Amino acid sequence: MSAETKRLALRGVGKQFGDLNVLGDVSIDVAPGEFVSILGPSGAGKSTIFQILTGGTKADTGVIAFDGSELADASDKFALMPQKDALMPWRRIVDNATLGLEVQGLSRKTAREKVAPLFEEFGLAGFEQHYPHQLSGGMRQRVALLRTVIQQRQMLLLDEPFGALDALTRTAMQQWLERMWGQHNWTALLITHDVREAVFLSDRIYVLSARPARVTHEIRVPLARPRRVADLASPEATRIEAELLEALLGT
Amino acid sequence: MSASTTALQRWWHAVWPASTLIAAIVLAWEVYARFSGVKPTTLPSPSRVVEQLISNAPALADNALPTIIATASGFALSVTSAFVFSILVDFVRPLRRALFPVFIISQTLPLVAIAPLVVLWFGFGLLPKILLIALVTFFPMMVSLVQGYDSTDKDMEWLLRSMGAGRRKVFLLARLPSAIPYFFTGLRISITYAVVGAIFAEYSGAAKGLGIYMLSAKNNFRPDLVLAAVFCSAFITLVLFGMTVVLERVSTPWVRREGEAQ
Repeated sequence: MSAETKRLALRGVGKQFGDLNVLGDVSIDVAPGEFVSILGPSGAGKSTIFQILTGGTKADTGVIAFDGSELADASDKFALMPQKDALMPWRRIVDNATLGLEVQGLSRKTAREKVAPLFEEFGLAGFEQHYPHQLSGGMRQRVALLRTVIQQRQMLLLDEPFGALDALTRTAMQQWLERMWGQHNWTALLITHDVREAVFLSDRIYVLSARPARVTHEIRVPLARPRRVADLASPEATRIEAELLEALLGT
Repeated sequence: MSASTTALQRWWHAVWPASTLIAAIVLAWEVYARFSGVKPTTLPSPSRVVEQLISNAPALADNALPTIIATASGFALSVTSAFVFSILVDFVRPLRRALFPVFIISQTLPLVAIAPLVVLWFGFGLLPKILLIALVTFFPMMVSLVQGYDSTDKDMEWLLRSMGAGRRKVFLLARLPSAIPYFFTGLRISITYAVVGAIFAEYSGAAKGLGIYMLSAKNNFRPDLVLAAVFCSAFITLVLFGMTVVLERVSTPWVRREGEAQ
């Protein structure tokens, strides 16, 4: 694959906060329509990569290219889904979902019309007028994902989106996301420390070291899609999982 | 039917300890004032206070009105300016470091000493009262709002910036709504200060008002009338406090429903 076909390419990105060297030398590629995960230990500066991509902070070193050209400071390429759902408790579900469209300058009415047909697909039909606290954790995450994809940016940045959910809900959500991803042809970069989640969802996985973070391994996941939870028990998946765990634990 | 019974039970459960305590205190006071031989010009019984409250109702109402007007105008000025200044210091950080020490010093001024001076400078009219009320309530309001802005979820701000929101939009969409619960906490605290501030200002000099009424009743050796006026001011405070609670419930439906859902 040549550099031009990459949706996103990070080359030698590094970042220090004061004396804290968070990112050492990170190089990552994402092709259009690809689902890529960044797997690393807690506190390895995974979220810093997203901060840099969304303009929250600047990289000290390295180059970032998007569709072949250098990424501008205030970029409108990414739709972010933060770790906690970050739903606004004072906004109804429909108004939380349309937040990004409102920021883009759409009227509340137009934004609502645009998002309305998606509630069914996201399993949120009938909950449009509820407040976030009235929803379960899994539903809140679906609202957060709806808020993310409705922005129609070229790439999704998912920062440990299911980290706060209980194990069963998390698995259900991963399955649901895998199916949605298959239908919509999204390009996604996922941050996680959950090995199974990374295997289940990704085409490729980058393993980061502890601070200062570097890419230590790049692993393909050649499992067929659509995937089912049972596929995680296949020899192929088990092998990849073991490989990832070894890479993470540094044995 | 059963739902309303449980609502009533809940209400009773909430109010009975305080009501019982207050009733016991009033009863003890009544018994002491009647049977200890203390003079009514020293300690009037509660029943005498109530009696005087009723027979002097027109005069009390006449004096309560200026107090209510002063409280409302002073408080409105205070809340408005606190809101304006809180936005200013949120957008201009150096201003925050410049203004906060001044505000803190303003809170250390003893009201007893300042009130007569403010009356001396601005006369017996409404203005000195408004200024004194604003002085005691401005700071708590301001601090509540600034704390509220700062309580905004960092992920929420990051999310908005990733969507392309500038500072103004982040403020309007995230920081301002995050401050609403803090705003109401400040409102509840400072509304009680406001009434006390109004009475203090009137005490230092006024044509009419509960404060000056208390002063002249005291000078005429009528503690029963002083206490009747105190009762009026307490009642005004409670009503204003109740209004802030209702206002909070109406304007923050997402908080109220949390309690109701369970």
